[in-house]
Amino acid sequence: MADTTIKKLAIGGLWGLLAGLLLMATGIEPAKAEYGDVVMNNYSDEAGMRPVIFPHWFHRVRFRCKVCHADLGFKFKAGGNEINMLKIIDGEYCGACHNGDIAWSVENCDLCHSAKPGTPTQVHESTLQQLVAPVAGAGGAGGNNNK
Amino acid sequence: MKSSRLLFSIIALTVPIVLHLASGVATAQNANTFNRLMKPPEERNPPPMKDGIHDPDNSGTRILQPPREAFEPMPKANSGNRIDWVKALEENKINPRYDRLDPAKEPIIMDLNIVREVKGSMPDVVYPHKQHTEWLDCSNCHPAIFIPQKGANQISMASILLGEKCGVCHGKVAFPVSDCRKCHAKTKTDTAAK
Ligand code: HEC
Ligand code: HEC
Ligand code: HEC
Repeated sequence: MADTTIKKLAIGGLWGLLAGLLLMATGIEPAKAEYGDVVMNNYSDEAGMRPVIFPHWFHRVRFRCKVCHADLGFKFKAGGNEINMLKIIDGEYCGACHNGDIAWSVENCDLCHSAKPGTPTQVHESTLQQLVAPVAGAGGAGGNNNK
Repeated sequence: MKSSRLLFSIIALTVPIVLHLASGVATAQNANTFNRLMKPPEERNPPPMKDGIHDPDNSGTRILQPPREAFEPMPKANSGNRIDWVKALEENKINPRYDRLDPAKEPIIMDLNIVREVKGSMPDVVYPHKQHTEWLDCSNCHPAIFIPQKGANQISMASILLGEKCGVCHGKVAFPVSDCRKCHAKTKTDTAAK
């Protein structure tokens, strides 16, 4: 009798452990990535790749805006440059630097293709996303009006 | 034998409860948290593994640099990346290239302030070419965003908030419009631009 109770308890504990871990893993949190992170997802989802995240903060430590937005011709519009892998391996857009000479090369797929599948094209934390009322489909603005 | 099983079941029972409590704190189940709408300071600049848009199941995600590591030596600000990028550049905390290949190439700086008078109580706006030409090329703004002629450009806060004019960059990559005083910098009685 006592033995089976302990067994039941132990099994119950194991289930609880599993449930607890599951709860932690699936705990849905609003996105709170870095200001100016650009998600590009014109083609990635459809092609079965994770969408691309371009971190402005990381690149502007190394390059002035002019290098990309004047010399390399990146238009000021998230998703507006219709970048694809052919252009990149031919040395355009990201490929002007991610060529194994200035920065690591294209074989590192998962450093660029690093977003959660289904994340829409966006400029993360942009003013429109920051309005307290969540913008539909903005990838989790998560109410945040600073100050 | 029996006591070891008992011990196991006690541990197995308490672990999920502790985990559950911990996750409860993380997802703020308490209705009276200090910040209800604003993201609390400890959640700012999270590492890619925890930022909500990077996929933690992607092997590359853990290799990416956590922003706080890069921002540590830089002057702080109260919005955007929480970094004052203009000051970081002025104080040589960062040395971004002006040319893709040549680290020695210097930017062409134009030092000209444009003052725009503003109706109502808000101080007049000072637009400094200097800080902008540190980062950008004239062709980034002229003539597509701003016609290079005095009085030719209509600018309103509404258009800025919608991502036009100054709002093409401010509110997306450059410091956001919540930093009112950075632009509304000249009090009406001032004679010299600050
Ligand atoms: C330097 C960053 C970078 C790297 C590295 C990279 N990609 Fe991409 N890739 C992009 C960008 C940017 C896009 C456009 C994203 C969009 O709008 O969906 C893209 C789009 C794609 C697409 C969809 C469009 C197309 O061209 O067919 C596929 C498939 C793809 N990448 C596969 C790969 C694979 C496989 C690798 C590794 C061998 C890789 N990528 C490495 C940046 C990168
Ligand atoms: C290393 C290259 C690079 C540098 C340096 C860079 N950017 Fe960008 N920028 C990009 C890319 C890539 C995009 C996204 C384009 C796309 O999705 O097609 C972008 C998009 C933008 C956008 C468009 C956001 C929107 O409204 O959709 C703005 C504004 C912008 N950048 C401003 C800046 C400013 C200001 C700087 C300098 C402080 C800067 N960028 C530096 C590469 C760069
Ligand atoms: C002007 C040059 C340049 C362009 C254009 C460029 N990058 Fe980069 N990128 C770099 C350099 C330099 C690094 C640092 C490389 C290193 O760590 O060795 C880097 C690093 C990165 C990183 C890793 C950041 C980290 O945490 O270590 C990612 C992700 C990235 N780039 C994505 C992109 C994507 C996506 C594009 C195109 C939309 C792009 N880059 C365009 C120069 C560039």
